[in-house]
Amino acid sequence: MALKGNLRDYTITHLFRLINLAQKTGTLIVDGPNEKVLVSFREGKLAYAQAGQEDNSLVTILYQAKKLTAPQYRALKERAGNMSDKELGLLLVNANYINQQDILASLQNHFVAIVNRLFTWVEGFFRFESDLLPPEDKITVRVNLENIIIEGARQLHELEQLQDEIPNLDIALKFADRPGANIRNFNLSMDEWQVVRYINPKNTIRQIARATKMSDLQIRKIVYALLQAGLVELVRPEGAPRPAPPPQIAGRIPVSQPNPEEQRSLINRLINRIRSL
Amino acid sequence: MQTVKMVVTGPFNAGKTEFIRSVSEIDVVSTERKISTESERVKETTTVAMDFGRITVDEDLVLYLFGTPGQKRFDFMWEILSEGMLGFVVMVDSARPETFREARSILETFRAYAPTPYVVAANKQDREDAWEIDDMRIALRLDPKIKLLPCVATEKEMVKNVLLELLYSILADMESKGGG
Ligand SMILES: Nc1nc2c(ncn2[C@@H]2O[C@H](COP(=O)(O)OP(=O)(O)O)[C@@H](O)[C@H]2O)c(=O)[nH]1
Ligand SMILES: [Mg+2]
Repeated sequence: MALKGNLRDYTITHLFRLINLAQKTGTLIVDGPNEKVLVSFREGKLAYAQAGQEDNSLVTILYQAKKLTAPQYRALKERAGNMSDKELGLLLVNANYINQQDILASLQNHFVAIVNRLFTWVEGFFRFESDLLPPEDKITVRVNLENIIIEGARQLHELEQLQDEIPNLDIALKFADRPGANIRNFNLSMDEWQVVRYINPKNTIRQIARATKMSDLQIRKIVYALLQAGLVELVRPEGAPRPAPPPQIAGRIPVSQPNPEEQRSLINRLINRIRSL
Repeated sequence: MQTVKMVVTGPFNAGKTEFIRSVSEIDVVSTERKISTESERVKETTTVAMDFGRITVDEDLVLYLFGTPGQKRFDFMWEILSEGMLGFVVMVDSARPETFREARSILETFRAYAPTPYVVAANKQDREDAWEIDDMRIALRLDPKIKLLPCVATEKEMVKNVLLELLYSILADMESKGGG
């Protein structure tokens, strides 16, 4: 079944959050107004990205990353034309041109740059193909999505949208108890660290804003980024009263009946009736 | 004669009317009603479409299913509807991710009105472009404790299943409150 839609309705930030939390493997294809981008993931980590018809060969990426000189680049382009990226990478490492870390770092930066560009898109159709993996001959990386998501989520500034995402400031935050959601792995800003210090089911978002002297907009932006990255979850504040039950209308509402036996019997009658429908 | 009610809510076009129609013993007509509230200064009326269905349990007990108008501007209606409900179903169109956010916001609103049990129905699972249940759970930010049930509102058995799961949750909720 499909995971597809329009970015207008379901943003790149949302998609990355989903891919991260569900640890998905496959390729996200986004058709924007000007180009088409493919981003591949393995178990919820960024593996590969390709933007439009851009030259995605290892030689070009290394040259753009200034890991190869212009003469080296020209020579390799001429002579290694038929080599796959994997073969070429091996050759370069063996020939002591470059080490493996540099290759992976250059690819990683290249892929992340493509992905960051995606976060600015507001329009475009997306679909996720679980069966589509990066081409065999390409070198892939493994990059955690959390920092990419935080970076992308920081670009959302519209109060209206943020209000939709976090309608209620009188709710508390807790750290997600999910493997990989380790705070130490996150590249947080000073402001974000400020907020993180106060995260505790006892503190509402409003209280944290007050303690850190942040406006509603500021705190919403930060909480939004942390939420999208799967670092925190919203919880009912500890010690807060549950909302009062609505006034009861005599004789109509089973929950108001004093007798629990009668309540249970009523529900069981309903269950039996619906089973028999 | 005792009447009890459950509320079926969710964004416009999620399948609420269809859901109620599948199990109701009476024809479900989207009743167009003129309503006005006392608080409205101007003598204005608003047209609200509200569905309801009925299931007679026995001589002494009748269950009503109320569908809510999806639009936010009928918030005040929800409060009235949610009064005294046994529980509620949030319907979501699985093939329209653009409505997930609204569904979540409706869910939060209802939860604030009444601390009753609820389930979420991932409707239109028969559609080719329907999202998978696991993906929807993440997209809707549902607590793992909340049931998210696959549904096709036109299929009676699936609708029954959603209602039964809600009733089981209501029963479990009663038990957890120490038998009342
Ligand atoms: N394929 C499919 N269509 C459905 C399903 N449920 C409802 N629909 C259709 O979706 C549209 C909206 O349903 P309706 O019950 O009027 O939505 P409401 O606005 O929530 O009351 C109608 O055309 C229904 O026939 C379903 O499970 N599968
Ligand atoms: Mg309807």
